[in-house]
This record gives sequence, C-alpha cells and structure tokens, in this order.
Amino acid sequence: MERSIIQVQHVTYRYNKESEKPALTDVSFDVYEGEWLAIVGHNGSGKSTLARMLNGLLLPDEGTVTVSGITLSEKTIWDIRKRIGMVFQNPDNQFVGATVRDDVAFGMENIGIPREEMVKRIEWATKIVKMNEFLEREPHHLSGGQKQRVAIAGVLAVQPSIIVLDEATSMLDPIGRREVIETIWSLKEKGLVTVISITHDLEEAAKADRMIVMNGGKKFAEGTPKEVFRLEEELVSIGLDLPFSYKLSKRLLEKGVPLATRHLNVESLVDELWTLKSDN
Amino acid sequence: MIDNIIIGKYVPGSTVIHRMDPRAKLLTIFLYVFIVFFANNGITYFLLGLFTFIIILLTKLPFSFLWNGLKPVIWIVGFTFLLHILVTKEGDMLFRFGFFSIYEEGLRQGFFISLRFIFLIFMTTTLTLTTTPIEITDGMESLLKPFKKFKLPVHELALMMSISLRFIPTLLEETEKILKAQMARGVDFTSGPVKERIKAIVPLLVPLFISAFKRAEELATAMEARGYRGSEGRTKIRQLKWGAIDSIMMASILLLSIILLLLRA
Repeated sequence: MERSIIQVQHVTYRYNKESEKPALTDVSFDVYEGEWLAIVGHNGSGKSTLARMLNGLLLPDEGTVTVSGITLSEKTIWDIRKRIGMVFQNPDNQFVGATVRDDVAFGMENIGIPREEMVKRIEWATKIVKMNEFLEREPHHLSGGQKQRVAIAGVLAVQPSIIVLDEATSMLDPIGRREVIETIWSLKEKGLVTVISITHDLEEAAKADRMIVMNGGKKFAEGTPKEVFRLEEELVSIGLDLPFSYKLSKRLLEKGVPLATRHLNVESLVDELWTLKSDN
Repeated sequence: MIDNIIIGKYVPGSTVIHRMDPRAKLLTIFLYVFIVFFANNGITYFLLGLFTFIIILLTKLPFSFLWNGLKPVIWIVGFTFLLHILVTKEGDMLFRFGFFSIYEEGLRQGFFISLRFIFLIFMTTTLTLTTTPIEITDGMESLLKPFKKFKLPVHELALMMSISLRFIPTLLEETEKILKAQMARGVDFTSGPVKERIKAIVPLLVPLFISAFKRAEELATAMEARGYRGSEGRTKIRQLKWGAIDSIMMASILLLSIILLLLRA
C-alpha cells in the first residue's frame, strides 16, 4: 500500500473556459497501489469531475495527472484507459452489448484482444462477479445490481490495475448495492485492483482504506475514515452526513455508555454492544 | 406492450434453418426477391412455391406464426388482386356485371401477383422468425464489408443497429413509465377527438426524447472510457460460421434460379 500508482498534482479544471469559478481548484493527491480510496462530497463538489480527470474523459487545464508513470495527455489517453477501468452510475446507460457475453467482450474488442483470449477472459471475469451463468442474458432481463456486476466484469476483462466507480451504487436498491460493494471488496482483497470509489454514501466510504473529502472543487480533507469522521461538525457543515453507527456511538458515549470507540460500521457497533456487559 | 413489438418476433429453436449462417440466409433472401419476379407461368410458380414450402417445413414453426406475418399486409395483397382483375382486359371474358367485367388474363395475373406477395412475405417472415436481430446485423456487417472501400461506414452502421436493438426494450419500459406518470397527472391518452389525443402524446414524447438524448450521451462517455475508438484494430467476439448447410442452401437457391430462368414463359 506504499507504492503510489496515481499522482494528481495541482489540477485545475473549468467546464466553461470563461467562467470564474473552476470545477476543480488546485487538487493534489496520491493513490497507492492496492488500496480502496473513497472520494466523497456533496453534489457539485467536483468529485465526478475528478473521476473523469483520471482517465482522460476530461483533460486538466492546469496541473498533471500521472497513472503508472504515464502522464495524461491527448497522446496517452488510450494507453491510460487500458489501465483504468470505469464503472458509471446508470446501469442501463453503460451496457453496450446485446447480451452479457457481448458486453463483457466490448472493452476487449476495442483494444484488439484475440478471440480465443476473449473467450477465456469472459469466463474468468464473469465468474469473479458471479455472473457466469447469465452469459446469454439480455440486459432488460437483469437487475440493476446484476448489470453493474456485468459492467465490473467488462472492466476486469481488460485487466486494468485501477477501477474507478463513479457513484456506481447510487441507483441501486439495497440488495444490488450490497452485491456490488461485496464484489468490489473481494477484488480488492484478492489484490487484483486498486479501487477508487466516488460516492456520497458515507456508509460505503467508511469501508474504504482512505477517504478524500471534496468541497467546492477543492480538497477538504484526506485520511483514513476514522481520521476524517473525527471532523464531525465540519463534515455536516459542507452538506455531508455521518454514518449512522458513528452518530449512534457518539450519542451513546455522551449518555455514558462505555464504548471503546466511535464505530464506523453497524457490525462492529453491534458486536461491541452485545458483549458490553459480558465478562469475557 | 413490449410483447407486441415486431422486432422481438424471433422464435428460439435449433432447426437446420435456425442454425444457418445469417449471411447465407440474407443472400438466399436477396436472390429470392429477384427470382420471385422470374416466375410467370404455372410450373415456375409451382417450383417457387415448393421451395418456399420446404423451407417453411424445415423451420418446424406452426403456420400461425407465418399467418401473423402476413396479416398486416393481407389488405395490400387483396387490393392488388382486385386491381389486376379490374384493369387487365385480356383473354376471354369470364364474367360481366354492368361496368365490371372480369377477364381470364386478369384473374390469372391477379392470382399470380398475389402469390408473389405471399411467397415474399413468407420467406422474409421465416428469416426474422429464425434469426435474432443481432445475427442479422452481424450478417449484414460481414456481407457489406467490401463496400468499406467505397467509404461506407459498415462497422459504424452495424454498431448503431445493434445499440438501437439493445435499447428498444429499455426505451419501451421508459415509455410505459412516462405514460403511467402522465396518466396519474390526469393526461387522457385513450378518449376524446383525434386532435386532442395527438396533443396528449406531446407530454409523452418530450420526456422520452430528453431521456433518450441523456442516455445517448452517457453511453458515449461509457464507450469512450472503455476504449472505443472506431473499427480500427478491433477484434470481434461474435463469429459467423459458414457450414455445409449454408453451401447446400446457396446451391439450391442458385439451381432454382437457373431452372426458373429456363422454364419461364
């Protein structure tokens, strides 16, 4: 987790070149190999712009983005897009193929992978996201969560070193959301990819290794979820909420319940609560 | 609503015809459309009918499916039949009633022309019933490849077609959703004078178009992020396989063409 894989340095970007207020102002940070980095922020905080900056869907006005040692420019975007896979918000609007098999193949077809290799990788990638039994299914016969997992498989098949999830779970129901998060988690655990997830779901962000909080196009805070959530009221003041388990443990501590820590996820809070009065 | 759409009429199966290479099917239909016009006497029509009949038998589809394909155009068939009977005034007169007179040649022509129509529709329906739209697209792309030299954007056209096909159910679902939302707001789509009903479609179309454009934009972004940069250097997962059946089919349609050419009056 020490080697830096992406370096973002002093990036500024304006959608409208004449406008006063940039969408991103002087943003710098590093992403480390194998980590799960969550980028959170309110609507319009610049987090999605930042995501699009990483694989050259947008090019920075000022500053540089370097991915695996390649500096992003017009000339290198296709190289960089092989290294960064991206999953978007709307499950329907990123499904290109007529069936699951076709869609998983799409990215590989684009970079000219031979057919025999594609067939192998489709099997491998769909197995990882547990969609290998749905290869012939058409998109309108899949749930949102399944479609997002197909999107992940399509990205994996190209074998990138980084996956960017741009609010990939925000349009899903709770079950679909859990499926997708679990899939991503297992990828990260297997050491297959570095994960960058753009989200406004703080419960999701709390599971990440590190967090970056964006506000008004600037980096507001950076650190582990524990460090970031310690900002409490400051986060609330920029329109973010705190995870439910965090708020609950805080209130319990205020009431004098002797909790060891402010919990970032429900499971650990529940664990501590039910063992609180037992001796061992 | 989704079930009513014609494009979804593919009937899954694994007959010889189902398994044929879409290119062979398309070429057969293409030739067939020409040779249907070669036929002009009893024997040629009989042979053409026999060929069509054998193909239909091979698909193992119930006749009702073909009949459904014929239904929308049966009026045109009937109309052409009538027109021929009334206009052609050759051969012996068979029947006369005031202005109307029916001649032998008129009846013959009307009958044959209607048969032509029916044969054509049966063959094309057979194609769509036994081939998925995506297979047809693949077949077209492959067959049109030589035209790339003349700057015909074959790959782009095929991709456009397959994306449109893929989005039909999505947009239909969306239409139903908007329909219900607008009905809940009191828009009446089903009654009133025609003018009012046409007006009522506007609040359906506007949101549908807006969302379709939004989808298109997002899809384009997603495709770009996945490295799509046109047909250059692209490989394909879908493969077309030309088998023995396909060669046999091509041979038989060519043979039929030659026989028809020789036997026609």
